[in-house]
This record gives sequence, structure tokens and C-alpha cells, in this order.
Amino acid sequence: MQRTSSKWLVMSTIIAYAAVIIALFMGFKAPAAVNVGTVQLQWAQRIIYFHVPVAWVFMLSFTVSFVASIVFLITKKRIWDLVALAGVELGLTFATAAVISGSIWARPAWNTWWTWDPRLTTMAITWLLYVAYFMLRGAVEEPERQARFAAVYSIFSYISVPITFFSIRLARTIHPLLVKGNDFGLAKGMRPAFFAGLIAFTLLYIVLLWHRLRVLQLASRVEALRARILEQEL
Amino acid sequence: MSQFIRATYAIFWKALRTEWRSREIFSAMFVFALLAIIIFNFAFDLRVQNIRQVVPGVLWVSITFAGMLGLNRSFTVEKENDTLSGLLLAPVDRSALYFGKMAANFLFILSVAVIIVPLTTVFFNVNLVRADLLLVLLAGTFGFAAVGTLFSAITVNTRAQDILLPILLFPVVLPVIIAAVKLTAGLLEQLAVADLANWWRLLIVYDIIFLVIAFLTFEYIVEE
Repeated sequence: MQRTSSKWLVMSTIIAYAAVIIALFMGFKAPAAVNVGTVQLQWAQRIIYFHVPVAWVFMLSFTVSFVASIVFLITKKRIWDLVALAGVELGLTFATAAVISGSIWARPAWNTWWTWDPRLTTMAITWLLYVAYFMLRGAVEEPERQARFAAVYSIFSYISVPITFFSIRLARTIHPLLVKGNDFGLAKGMRPAFFAGLIAFTLLYIVLLWHRLRVLQLASRVEALRARILEQEL
Repeated sequence: MSQFIRATYAIFWKALRTEWRSREIFSAMFVFALLAIIIFNFAFDLRVQNIRQVVPGVLWVSITFAGMLGLNRSFTVEKENDTLSGLLLAPVDRSALYFGKMAANFLFILSVAVIIVPLTTVFFNVNLVRADLLLVLLAGTFGFAAVGTLFSAITVNTRAQDILLPILLFPVVLPVIIAAVKLTAGLLEQLAVADLANWWRLLIVYDIIFLVIAFLTFEYIVEE
């Protein structure tokens, strides 16, 4: 049982990473943007094939964590706490990647690494919220209570995620907006690379979530076994 | 329903009575807020061209930092005297405990804010004593107390509780604080009501969301 599942996991991991490499390569080969001034900005624009998929994945991941937290509070099944935890871990990783890639693009495009634009502000708040999530988990020792507190905090943190998403649609901002009503801001030639990126990073996310869940489950089983052995020794 | 209101009121009244006997939380919050304002005064004095621009920030940072002190004590007292289990054993809906505590915290923080405002007026020479600012104080401290009470019930059961509360609470209430600061600044600059409508909406929507989620999740925090 264990062996077959890990064989599938190895295969999907290879496929996901290959997809990411192909998608990023397509990003480099996609036609250059015509509406930006310099060659440097044309290259900077290619960040979109990384930045948008990564940002999409972090929002997906926090959503997974939010739903898992609610299900945990209702069912009290440990697995949902692990899903929520893995969701926050991966979400925070991808959120950091989105911030860093955005910052690298902002340097040539906005002439600054960081500015307190609504999108960047809401993003910074989201990031801090999920860092605090880990501090909370670290401060509670008893596993059952840790899971309950973390689930409640994750629900509160999630308020910030849709606000980050809609911040560029509701407030005045300098952050580019890709989809406005029926308008899609990419030329036809750029779209294959863009959607390939979205699919590839989503695949990568699913595989990483699978890995994390497996490790977390093993860790909690080791923890349970250790507790049993200690009990017997006493 | 009437039993629920009676239980909420009993908890609220109990918090006020214990506070009246010790005057521990309120005096600490008030002195701290006063100190914060005086420190800000020295930090900005002579360095900032137009002092009017920093006053809203100074006011709300003082209120939130002072409020944090009070919230930290809110459940610690119950924990130290081991009375929390007694409260939880009472045959009433547990959200009555939340609403009672929340109402008491709200009242404490709001009264500190109301006393701090005329003092800020004096120290910064900016007139803040006005009726519409009271509405901002009400809405701002309400959202702060709504989440703060819930998180205080969380952190009382953790290691290093008084360090953890600000780390959990600040990023969550940040939108409320931002809206409150913007509204205070808008009132000082005599902006039209329509110009501030968006900030009002944000503040009130957050107040409602915070209260509803806190109400829905409180029983999961205190169940043992």
C-alpha cells in the first residue's frame, strides 16, 4: 500500500517539475510586450509568467487551509488540521515568492522595490497574519488545543485573502490589473505561456501538498508511537 | 433569550465590579496611553513641520497599545484565580461569556480613549474634542475589542501569552486601525462626509465581520 502510493508520488513530482520548467521556458519564448518602453522593461514584463501563477497558488493554498480549518472545527478529525497546516506552510512559501518576484519587477517598472500601494499593503498584512499563525502553533503544546486555536486563527486570517485579491479592483492602485470585466490584458501570442504557467504551478502545488501531508501524517504517527512507548516504560 | 441577556449582563457587571475594586486594568491602560502620547510628543516635536498630520496616528497607536495591556489581563485574572472553569460550568450559552467580556473590554478601552482625546488636544494643540470623533472612537474601539477579547481567550492558554497577543492581534485589526486613523485625519481636515464614506463602510463592515466570526468561534476556544 505504502509503496504504490510513493511510486505515484514520485511520478507526479517529476511531471509537475517538468511542467514548471516547460512553462517557464515558454514564458521566455513568448512574444515581447509592445506597450512598454525599453528592452529592460520588456524583459521585466516576463515576470508575469511566474508572478501570476505563484500568486494564484498562494491564494488557492490559503483557501484550502480556510476550508480545512472549518471542517476541522466541525468534525474534529486530525487530518483536517494537517491539511490546514500544510496549506498555510505552502501558502506562505508561495506568497513570499509572489512578493519577491513582484519586488524585482517593481524595481525597473516603478523605480522602487516597495511602495505602500493598496495591493502591497494588503499583501503585507496577509503575510504577517500567516506568520503569526505559526507563532501561535508554536506557543501551544497540547496537540488537540493547538489544532483548535490554529483553526480559529486561520479563519480570521483568511478575511485578508479576498481583500488582497480585490484590492486592485476596488481601490486606486498602481498595480497592473490583468482581467477587467471581459477584457483580458494579454496579447494572443502570450496566452499559451501564461495558461501553461497557471496549470504547471497548480500541479506543482498539488504535488507539494501531497508530500507535506504525507510527512505530517508520518510525524504525527511517530509522535503517537513515542507517547505509547513512554507510557509503557512508566 | 432573556436568560442569555441576563447571563451576558452578569458577566459584564462582574468584570466592572472586580475592576472597580482593584482599578488595576484601567489605571495601567490610562497611564500607559498618557505616557505614549507624551513620548510621541517629544519624538515629533520640532522635527515635524505640521503636527496636525501626525496626531491621528499618535492617538490611535496610543489607544491600541494601551488596549493591548487591558486585553492581556482580561482572561489572565480568571486563569490565575482559577475561576474560568467556574464560569464555563455555568448552565448558560458560552457566547454569553464572550459578549459579557467583550462589552467590559469595549467599555474600558473606550473610556481610556475618551479621556485621552482632550489630553491629546492639550499636548498637541489640535482640537479633537468634537462629537463626530466620538463616533470614530466608538466604531474603532468596538472592532478592536471584538477580536481582542477572543484572542485574549486564546493566548491565556498559551506559553508566553502576553508576548503572543500583540503578534496575533495587530495584523488582524490593522484594517480597523487604518480606517480609524484615516477617518480621524479626515475629520481634522474638515473633509466632506462623502469623501469619508468608503472608510466608514470599511470600518463598519470589519466591526460586523469581527463580531460575527468571534461569536461563532468562541465556543471552540473555551471547550475543554
